[in-house]
Amino acid sequence: MDLRLRHVEPTDDERAAVDALLGVPESAWEGGERGDRYDAHVAHSGRAMREQRHLLLPALRALQERVGWISETGVEYVCARLGVPPADAWGVATFYALLSTTPRAPRVLHVCDDIVCRCNGAAELIEELERTVGPPHAHGPNGDHTSVDASGAVWMRSPCLGFCDHAPAAYYQEAGTETREELLAELTAGEAQAILRGKSRREMRLTGEYRVSAEPWTAEMTETQTLRLPQDEAPKLGRAEQPLLHRIGVVDPTNIAAYRASGGFDALRRAIEIGQDAVIREVIDSKLMGRGGAAFPTGRKWEAVARQSARPHYLICNADESEPGTFKDRVLLEGDPFAIVEAMTIAAFATGCERGFVYIRGEYPLATARMQHAIDEARTHGFLGADILGRGVKFDIEIRRGAGAYICGEETAIFNSIEGYRGEPRNKPPFPVQAGLFGLPTLVNNVETLASIPSIVLDGGAAFARVGTEQSTGTKLFCLCGNVARPGVYEVTFGHTLRELLDVAGGIANGRSLQTVLLGGAAGVFVGPGDLDIPLTFEGARAAKATLGSGVIMAFDDTVDMSQILLRIASFFRDESCGQCVPCRVGTVRQEEALYRIASGKPLGGVAQEIALLDEVGLAMKDASICGLGQTAYAAIESAIHRVGVLNKRQGAGT
Amino acid sequence: MWLGLNVGTDIALANAMAREIIHAGLAHHEFIQRGTTNFPAYAAAVEPYTLEFAAEVTGIPAEIIGQAARAYARADRAMICWTLGITEHHNAVDNVLALINLSLLTGHVGRYGSGCNPLRGQNNVQGGGDMGALPNKLPGFQDVTTEAHCVKFEQAWGRDIIPRDGWNLTEMIHAMETRELTALYVIGENPAQSDADASHVVKLLEHLEHLVVQEIFLTKTAQLADVVLPCAATWAEGEGTVTNSERRVQRVRKAVDPPGDARDEIWIMSELARRLGYDWGQPTAEDVWNETRALSPQLAGMSYPRLDALGGIQWPCPDESHPGTKFLHARLWEEDPAKRGRLAPFSVVHHEGPVEQPDDEYPFILTTGRRLESFNTGVQSGGYGSPLHRGETVDMSPEDAARLGVSAGDAVRVSSRRGAVEAPVYVDRGLRPGVVFMTLHFPDDVATNLLTINASDPKSGTAEFKACAVRVEPVRRAPSFRAQRGEPLAAAGDD
Repeated sequence: MDLRLRHVEPTDDERAAVDALLGVPESAWEGGERGDRYDAHVAHSGRAMREQRHLLLPALRALQERVGWISETGVEYVCARLGVPPADAWGVATFYALLSTTPRAPRVLHVCDDIVCRCNGAAELIEELERTVGPPHAHGPNGDHTSVDASGAVWMRSPCLGFCDHAPAAYYQEAGTETREELLAELTAGEAQAILRGKSRREMRLTGEYRVSAEPWTAEMTETQTLRLPQDEAPKLGRAEQPLLHRIGVVDPTNIAAYRASGGFDALRRAIEIGQDAVIREVIDSKLMGRGGAAFPTGRKWEAVARQSARPHYLICNADESEPGTFKDRVLLEGDPFAIVEAMTIAAFATGCERGFVYIRGEYPLATARMQHAIDEARTHGFLGADILGRGVKFDIEIRRGAGAYICGEETAIFNSIEGYRGEPRNKPPFPVQAGLFGLPTLVNNVETLASIPSIVLDGGAAFARVGTEQSTGTKLFCLCGNVARPGVYEVTFGHTLRELLDVAGGIANGRSLQTVLLGGAAGVFVGPGDLDIPLTFEGARAAKATLGSGVIMAFDDTVDMSQILLRIASFFRDESCGQCVPCRVGTVRQEEALYRIASGKPLGGVAQEIALLDEVGLAMKDASICGLGQTAYAAIESAIHRVGVLNKRQGAGT
Repeated sequence: MWLGLNVGTDIALANAMAREIIHAGLAHHEFIQRGTTNFPAYAAAVEPYTLEFAAEVTGIPAEIIGQAARAYARADRAMICWTLGITEHHNAVDNVLALINLSLLTGHVGRYGSGCNPLRGQNNVQGGGDMGALPNKLPGFQDVTTEAHCVKFEQAWGRDIIPRDGWNLTEMIHAMETRELTALYVIGENPAQSDADASHVVKLLEHLEHLVVQEIFLTKTAQLADVVLPCAATWAEGEGTVTNSERRVQRVRKAVDPPGDARDEIWIMSELARRLGYDWGQPTAEDVWNETRALSPQLAGMSYPRLDALGGIQWPCPDESHPGTKFLHARLWEEDPAKRGRLAPFSVVHHEGPVEQPDDEYPFILTTGRRLESFNTGVQSGGYGSPLHRGETVDMSPEDAARLGVSAGDAVRVSSRRGAVEAPVYVDRGLRPGVVFMTLHFPDDVATNLLTINASDPKSGTAEFKACAVRVEPVRRAPSFRAQRGEPLAAAGDD
């Protein structure tokens, strides 16, 4: 791609997809027909056009959804519409895994081969697919425009899809004038083959092969919902009340009246009554810590944003949940979307934001549909818009969909992604509260953090702080997954031990014994069977040199080949590194190579020497990477090697 | 808002905007009263420039000109920036005055974020002026015809200063024609290729009695020289200062030794002086600068340590406690007439249009300029291969290309009343029918300046590179162009 427009014509489909998003171009300068004298002497809105740069990713997504891949002519047309140099837009298009810049069949099955699904048969499923269907679709070399079958289907390997409670999971995309997207639960090889052969969704539903859909919620669906809450069947830990999960599976997430009948929007009403300062005071008093993984005090963040004199302020709900093994935010978005809308509105009111974004990861179609519906309904009923509740409060929410990039969940990468740039993290300072989205003060909160807000506003910060421990207040969602008997999202008050949590989830499945537990996801820490009495609080995890991270508790039984798991984690980080800084870009590759040599039994100079290399590379990444991805890329592997000793065991077992 | 005016109609546009501003009651009368003179004559002069008249002349719809005028007048801050499209005309100074008039009319001058800014094409055009490389100025923009200035320099240098303006480039060329000028010392310039009507200039250079060229490359001009003095490239191989477009003086440091026999320019000058019988010693760049500061009040406060500490200083900077000056002409807003000083006059200027207009024989207007990835005659940018160097082309609108029956890459012959060249076509949607565009980047392959008109502005000496009438005809054989590198010509783009 060039810096310049070449003025190649887009196909009719490409033009239609982009025009549906951006409207019809007003002049030749914006990609329209070259015509009259007027255009030769006048151009409007060059600046207004460039200020629409934030629509670049939505426009690229539109091309992908319509055509199934993004061609150079399509990118050119988007660039003509937005005033972006094609080479620049190409850099964005090639950044995201869900966007294909080489020809690809319109129907794609993304089969998860990440660590949780691997523990649940994904490796065997993929082997079967390779044998019966053929190898996964590979991106051709750049510019290799081989023709593709317009009605065809391909399958691909995928990193964690956030559907770990239904492993092995897959994500299905169908491009065209009528697009389809679904997360598929407990996929079998037979189902995958049927989908790739082109069986329609209706047929699939009749045969019961599909268990998830983006269709409107009905009471009967509860049973087959993704939103199965295994905790309902298990003895509860802590208080019976579950402020985060109490509506899920009980209250229709598509019905605003049902939401209001269950106490919805009472917190917003109260927030506006007590005023901005009082709301922030309650959040500070609650001692709520961010639930996205960094555990920063939420009240302090709110206060900092509210204090900034620069305007406008922006709010971002970070729903780019991509940490392997994490699916709690998906459950909240799918099961109680109005609560997120309400919580965002409270946060916006308290911190002076008039515009909010929900950045939802691209692989969550149902969550996206539910949130969009909730936002539209809330606006219709006066809970969003220019005059919320008739009290002069102004706020509205826009959904932005990711396109397959783990790094975009990083709180500054999310800004670049929304602004239409490659999702590369920014240096801090300036911190987001000072200069975030579009360079302005921005509040970024995780979905679960926001979901905790309504109960804090209604019951008071002090009441919230009384639940849990001194430093870890309230309830927390844990994603139990891997080889546990009842995987799923569990809401517990802070203070219980890892052992208690595993017990609630039914212990290790199939009566096997525990090998290790990964706490906090791929960026977290492995602990051994001797660590089960770690209290699952921020301070408890810290004291045990572990982390709660995003709340992942991933159990591995004694049959799992941990060297393969470590290799998969390393390959995940190598794939997801944005490539911006050298320690991470190079370090994640070196790390994977060393683990590959170990896993294939060909270590250079012995395992001990490889481990020394891993330690050195890991230290460089930790010390010198720009963002948390590189800084934690070795954390889990390091703990597995040094804390749990998985590689020693493997050698000892002689396998 | 972009206003695509017909080539050479800048004054018609500016005057019509002024009339619209006055009629809409948006003129800044407080400022006009306080800081300017000659407003009544100006107001009367722009009165005939109705929006309709300007629309007819410029091609821009009347309502758009009106919108632009009102937007400019109403803006909190507005700045006029221009480049060679304003100054490479036979009425260059009038073009600039028409723009200055607009800034005076609206008070967009002498305040932060306002003003008039000619954007320089090189990093140190301003610095050349600072150092006195102008025919009528001593260093620090001090008039050579003012006695006090001459006396000061005479005392410092111990030599008489001739109190007479020198020749500008156009006048020098004329003086070569009349044999008044017979010896020339050229430093860092390539007139054999950069000047209008190039073959004529080459002839004149060949007939000089003596030509010295001091250069970092053996340019076409250097090849004509009796003596070539290879010199260091000061931006990396020598010490000194540069002054950028915002008058900010910054230090330049030596990073590497110059190649071969190339010598530092201050050394060359000093040695030349010594051999001519004047011993200047071995001055360093800082010595030269300190002498310049001592003689130029507006540079006086810019010692090397201060330039280092502040990362550059904007002149005027009269003493070492002065922080430099962010913007000029604030004095025009002073209430005290004594502080206000000489008021800024409105100038009456009228639309003339280019010297050559298209006609049946030469139906196109050729406008010349630069492309982003090349630099002037290519001395510095043509020496290495780059996929962005696509060689010289004749850029024209898709409509004209269709009318001539040519497509991208086809060879065409472009002729003016002075000469003809051949080059491939490049179809550019940024151009409107009737206008063709070429550059001076590849003079060895396509000598564009064979076409350009030998008309220049008597006030500034700048040549009318921006407009001449040409004819374009398809050539039916494939030409060979040495400069065709990089990407295929089928790729269209804008300048």
